[in-house]
Amino acid sequence: MIITVAGVKKEVKDGITVAQLVIDENVETPQYVTVTVNDDFVENSQLESTVLHEGDTVEFLYFMGGGQ
Amino acid sequence: MITLKKADFDKILAHAQSEAPIEACGLIAGELDGEDKIVKKVYILTNVDHAEEHFTLDPKEQLAAIKDMRANGLTPLGNWHSHPVSPSRPSEEDKRLAYDSSASYMILSLMDDVPVLNSFHIEGDKAEKEQLVIE
Repeated sequence: MIITVAGVKKEVKDGITVAQLVIDENVETPQYVTVTVNDDFVENSQLESTVLHEGDTVEFLYFMGGGQ
Repeated sequence: MITLKKADFDKILAHAQSEAPIEACGLIAGELDGEDKIVKKVYILTNVDHAEEHFTLDPKEQLAAIKDMRANGLTPLGNWHSHPVSPSRPSEEDKRLAYDSSASYMILSLMDDVPVLNSFHIEGDKAEKEQLVIE
């Protein structure tokens, strides 16, 4: 099936989970990345159980913060 | 080298001054020209920490900004934040939380009468100042 990952259309296995996509995409420091699917934020506890579907749009957002 | 328009510098400065003593923050996007970065758009985001010594970009606004970048053919280049009462250099926390080594991290200091903006490449615990041109 075809999904869009970070703005790029990609073919992935049917039934792939968000957690597996994070692995397949070699996302760096995944513990600091928030994932959205179709603009909905996916809780870290739901990454394993969230299954992607044809046409879904996924974004990886790096935590950005700091302090003086 | 990273290039920033004077108007965008003024936009960052005005927002940082209006938010002080709270830290202000946002994103920068533009174009890559070899190893050079050209900032074409500055995004003002909410510091969800609302703190004087910390900032965290609002994730929802971050998503909206990323989508705007895609819609306008811009490349995410990094982020910026203000140091209302400390120098324009990455703190230990800034370095610890800089997870994207390809990003530029701009820091605007308001501690002196003349504001100072610097841009840094941060990798691990090492921060290297980038050549910043404001034109």
